[in-house]
Formats: sequence, structure tokens, C-alpha cells
Amino acid sequence: MSETTPILRMSGISKSFPGVKALQEVHFEVARGEIHALVGENGAGKSTLMKILTGAYRPDSGQIAWHGRPVTIASPSDSQTLGISMIHQELSLLPYLTVGQNIFLGREPQGRLPGFINWQALYAQAQELLERLSLDVKPRAEARELSIAQQQMVEVAKALSLQADLIAMDEPTSSLTDVETEVLFTMMRALKAQGVAIVFISHRLEEVFEITDRVTVLRDGRHIDTRPTSDLTRDKIVELMVGRELGNIYPYHPTEQRDLVLEVSDLCDGRELKNVSFQLHGGEILGIAGLIGAGRTALAETLFGIRPATGGHIKLAGQPSKIRSPKQAIQHGLGFVPEDRKQQGLFLNMAVRENITMSGMGLVTNAGFVDNKKANGLAQKFVEKLDVRTPNLRQNIRNLSGGNQQKVIIARWLTLSPRILILDEPTRGVDVGAKAEIHALMRQLAEQGVGVLMISSELPEVLGVSDRILVMHEGRITGELSRDEATQDQIMVAATGGVENVVK
Amino acid sequence: MSSNNHTPSPLVELLRRYSVLIILIGIAAIFALGSEKFLTASNLLNIALQTSIIAIVAMGMTFTILTAGIDLSVGSVMALSGALAAGLAVRQELGTYTAITLALAGGGLLGLINGLLIVKGKMPPFVATLAMLAVARGLTLVYTDGRPISGIDERFIFLGNGEVLGVPLPVIFMILAFIIAFIVLRYTRFGMYVYATGGNEEISRLAGIQTARITVGVYVISGLTAALGGILLAARLWSAQPNAAAGWELDAIAAPVLGGISLFGGVGSVTGTVMGAFILGILSNGLNLMGVQSFYQQIIKGVVLILAVMLDLFTKRRR
Repeated sequence: MSETTPILRMSGISKSFPGVKALQEVHFEVARGEIHALVGENGAGKSTLMKILTGAYRPDSGQIAWHGRPVTIASPSDSQTLGISMIHQELSLLPYLTVGQNIFLGREPQGRLPGFINWQALYAQAQELLERLSLDVKPRAEARELSIAQQQMVEVAKALSLQADLIAMDEPTSSLTDVETEVLFTMMRALKAQGVAIVFISHRLEEVFEITDRVTVLRDGRHIDTRPTSDLTRDKIVELMVGRELGNIYPYHPTEQRDLVLEVSDLCDGRELKNVSFQLHGGEILGIAGLIGAGRTALAETLFGIRPATGGHIKLAGQPSKIRSPKQAIQHGLGFVPEDRKQQGLFLNMAVRENITMSGMGLVTNAGFVDNKKANGLAQKFVEKLDVRTPNLRQNIRNLSGGNQQKVIIARWLTLSPRILILDEPTRGVDVGAKAEIHALMRQLAEQGVGVLMISSELPEVLGVSDRILVMHEGRITGELSRDEATQDQIMVAATGGVENVVK
Repeated sequence: MSSNNHTPSPLVELLRRYSVLIILIGIAAIFALGSEKFLTASNLLNIALQTSIIAIVAMGMTFTILTAGIDLSVGSVMALSGALAAGLAVRQELGTYTAITLALAGGGLLGLINGLLIVKGKMPPFVATLAMLAVARGLTLVYTDGRPISGIDERFIFLGNGEVLGVPLPVIFMILAFIIAFIVLRYTRFGMYVYATGGNEEISRLAGIQTARITVGVYVISGLTAALGGILLAARLWSAQPNAAAGWELDAIAAPVLGGISLFGGVGSVTGTVMGAFILGILSNGLNLMGVQSFYQQIIKGVVLILAVMLDLFTKRRR
């Protein structure tokens, strides 16, 4: 094997999920002792590619060569055996086990008797690893007692203990402080010096420039380019990441803006939100852009009373409000179409009628009894108004398409005539036709004076639909752009923590 | 930077760690004040004897609950194992120890079936073991023809009524079961994987743990301890009753719950289970000594269960 043989070569990798081509003919190479950045927008295919590498998914086609030899990776243990380990974005520590137990889970040192664990050895080895990471954590502490950042570092220790030749890190710094990030980077450089290859996935481009040797850009499931980091600039990477033409599927008619319906100042939730301030007018569609984990959903959930605010003020139509529960939010004229339709939006075993009338039960009941006539009337009215395609009102909601399910959820809110409607990723998993209808519906609501807050990870959607755009990054608003001045590049710069020159 | 490193006050921490023990001592103190007979050596041994069988079964149950499962079939498995041991010894004249060994194996087999229904059949533990509760009770009635099996020999009876150095044998079995369960959960790979599987099965599987085997294993253990409990119960009563241990699954679940074992899995220790069993045993004993009618005893037990779990939740919340 020559010096130039890459430690990993993935070629022609394709993977489809129902309705989505997640990866198409992707080529990806990592050299020994290299820190290789993998970048792209949400949904570009980075995580899918890494899940194929670590055996969580099987590719539909394509080859993987490890140290120049073709290999099949069918399970997570296959990839571990080869010497590939992964630090997942979602924490994977067991909260009630100790730090040491978590690090060596599944690989505990054998005690004197078969089946027994040598706890002394386990904790001594854990201690040694933690010291190498300069991590001030006791190996016998339970994982739940640690801060999120400490847990993240324990994950790193776990990956190190596997003595891997390649470590894939999916957003390892997303919950670390600057100091902790530096500790991690020092560690990564030491590993690199030992010949360990690292795949580094990060949305923070400054980190990509600080730590990586090469950059591979994915977009829409395709390999776009791989270049030495030193040949690239921030703007160039953003251009490669975004790259596409903005289709003209978003006919735009501005609406006359009315009075303020919502004023938020210095809103914090003690975890994800940091001093968020903005205003929303009636008749306006305010888009909120940002990357996954930027705090957009936290913002929506805090406004809607799902999670408590720890600081800041919210005014509704000029009146200070203290919303503490979804019920109070609804009473104050808010509606919330959540991100996860199946888990948070739909009553999956119920019919279309029940799904539409559930929140407005008061409108269709007499002395607590459901009035069938009224319920059918109300449901029918909205089915027609929103053009929900269903054979009848008794159809189980499961059998509708994603777009029609989403329309049913919106219809449920409309029965309550909200003054503010928050939509979190309203067109995720919705086909193009229904997407346009939902956009038109949002515009229609704005025309009726509703303030619409739309969270979306799809830049073309944000740019096409919104009257005004806020960009969030790490729990803060890092950009506010008017419709006319906003571009994909500007949004991406703000969303990756770029210069805050765009804040008015 | 978000952080959840708040330090609770020492008092709350103390309550949190020893809440079960505090309840146990509190209840015992009340009875000690209420009845002179309560704190005598003979009564304490009596409590241990009355608690021993349910404690043994509850320890097996603890394994299933630690994996976020449950075993509702223990009462029926107890009855069937007791009937098998007595029947094989008396009717088939297999010899007491052979009969008991086969009965234990039978309990283990029923546990194995529970485990396979859950792992291979993808059935929720609640449903699989609820079905086994019905089937095993039916098998018991068929096997005994609905009548008690008596005539077991002295060696068999000795297991339930004998003493070694003044300690009743069921208590000795309880102590042995506790030592084994404690060591398995604390020091072995299997025990560690029981906690891991209950904590998060997906993470455990990705770490290379064969969670299906662990799950089957805990139901076999629960079947074995239920069988041991059933055999001891038959020995205590000098006969195997077809309706033996009906409803005992409730106490076998209440003991670990009182002992702070989370029904969501992954949290708790067998020490807690034994303390939970003793809370139940002391309540019965003390209320009897104070002359409380058994109908009222049921109500008091239920209320204590609610209060204990509320205290547990209260001290563990706020993090």
C-alpha cells in the first residue's frame, strides 16, 4: 500500500428513501492523518453519508474501500471493527450509567471470573482518557450529572477509547464553549499527528478554516467539490453550498401591513434562546431562517407556552402577556403548526373531521355533547376552503397525503380565527403542488390581517414567501433582511455565525 | 452555555438517596410506638419470614422492570411451580429434590417463553406476561384438577418451615437470592447490560450489546424466582393450592416500585426492592398488631404506595 492510498474511499454511493434521493453517485475520500470537513446545507446528505460509513444505513449502490481494500459495512459493529467510530450529533450517553460505564459500554474489561467486569481497570482507563482530554469529570459520576458540553466531551473520550483510525464527528462543537472547543481542537491535532483521520461536520465555517485540511461540499445529495481548505474562502464555500437557481414557484404579492401583533424583547429560555428580540405585524409573513439547532423551534415553542421563558418580554397587540401554556397561547389568539406533523400535529387514529374540530370543540358541542351537524358543517367548510383532498370527513387522517394532512392541521387553527399563526417547517415532506397551495394559504391569511411566522430551513422558500426575514444562529438573531435585499448568500453567512453587519 | 450543574441542598440530596430507607424506618418507628410487641426479636423474625417469599419474587421482577419491562405472570407461575413440585414428588414419586429441580426448570421455561414472545414476537411485556398469567393459572387448575396436592414429605415441608440457627429457611433463601442478585447487578457484564438495555435499548444495541438476549434473560430470571417462591409457599402451607399466590404479582410489582425502581427502566437497585418488600411486610404485621381490620389495611397500603412514590418523584424532580 502506497503512502497516497486514501484511508477511506467511498465511490458512487447512492441512497434513496421513499420519495427522496438522499445521495446520488457521491464520491468521498479521506487521507490518513487528515482532518476533512464535510459541509452542505441541511438535507444535503452529510448525515446520510456518515450513516452509511458507520453501518447505520446500507447504500443502494456504490463501493467503500478501506485502506485500499473493498469492504462491506453492514452494521455499526462492522465499522467499529474496521476502526471507524462516530460521534453523533445527538448525545448517546445513558444518563443513569457512570461516565466510565458509558465510555466502555459493550467493551468492559474482563474481571477475574468470566462474566464479571473489572471495575478497577475500567475506571482507571476511563480516568486516563479523561486526563488526556484535560476533562475535569469524575469517571464514577453519572452521565446525567454532567453539563451538555461535558457529555459531548465524554463522547469524544468514548470515540478515542475505540482506538479508531477514522473518527467522524457530526457537529461536535455545537454545544461546546470556545474554551472547550479549543480543547477539542488541540485533541484533534494530536490525533492527526498520530495518523488518525477525522471527518469533521460543522455548520461553523470559521471552525472549518481553523482546523481542516480539505473540504468536501455536498448539495442536494450530490458531490459538488473537494478542495484544500487553503484554496477556499468563506464566500466560496457558501456559494458552493447554496449554488442553485431560485425557481419561480413563489408568486409574490405584498400585503398591506397593519399594526404590530407581536413584540418580543430579550426573550431567553435559559437553554437555547439568547436575548431574542423582534416584531411581527398583522398582514406580514415573517420568515425565520437558520440551521438545525439554531433555536428556531425553541423560539416557536417558547412563544406558544410549551417551554417556559426565563427572561424577556412578550407583547401581544401592545399588551404585555404572560403565556405559560399552550391553552393560554390559544386563548390569546396564537396558533402553532409544529415541525413534526405525525408526533405533534395529528391525531393519527382519528378522522379528518375530528382532526379539524379538536381545538374548537366548543364550537361544535351542546352542553358537552358533540353536535354532529355542527361538527360536519365546520369541518366541511374548511375542507372546501383549503381544498383538502379527502373522500369524506370520516376518512382516517393517516390515509391523506402529507400536504393534505398539513392543510388539515392549518384548518384546525383556522377554526379558532388566530391573530398570529406560527408555522414550523410547514412544507417539509410535502409535494410541490400542495406546497404552492400552502404558500398561497399563508398569503391569504396575511391578507386577512393575520401575523404569520414561518420557520423554514429551505432558503428558496424563505426568500420566496417572506415579507421580511430573520436569521438565527446559536439562539440569537444574527440577521434581519428585508425581502428586497435578502439573498441566499447573506442568509447563509448570518446562519453560520458570520459578520453581524446585516443586523439593522 | 447551558448547564444543569445546580447543586441541591444536602438535605434534599440525603432524602433523595435514602428516601426508601427513611420511609421504612419511619413506618417501623410508628409501629414500635404503637405496639410493644412490634420490636421483639420473635416478631422481627416473623416479619422477615412473612416478607421472604414475596421479596424473592420481587427480586426477579426487579430485573424485568430494570429493562423497562414487567412480568405479570409471577403469581400464576408460582402456583404452577408449587403444584408441579408437589405433584411430581407425591404422584410421580420422583423424589423431593428431583421434583423441585424440575419445577424450578418449569418456571424458567415459562420465563423463557415470556422472553421469546417479547423479543421474537415483538409483543409488549405487559401483554405477553398477561397472557402467561392466564395460561399458567389454567395449567395449574388442569394439573391439580382444582384440588390441593398434599402429602409432601418432611424434607419438602422443611424448606418452608425449618430453621437453621434459629433463622427460618425462607429467610435464608431470601438472603441468598439477595446476595446473588446484588452481585449480578453490580459486578457482572449481564447486570450492567440490564441497566443499559433499560436505559436506552437503541444506544445499547449500537454499542454492540445483544439486547434481545438480555431481555430473554431477565424473564428467565423472573420465572426462576417465581418458581422458587411458589415452591417455598407450597412447603409453608404443607400442600400446593391451585389458587396459590393469586394476585401476588401486585405486591411483587409494588415492592420494587416502593424501592425506587423506575418503571421506565434503567434505574434502581435490588436493595431498594428488598426494602420495598419490607415496607409492605411491616405494614401488614404492624397493622395486625394494632388490630386494624384487613379491609382497612388494603386502603392504608395503597395510600402508603402513593405517598412513597410521590416523595420519590418530589426528591428526584427539579433537575
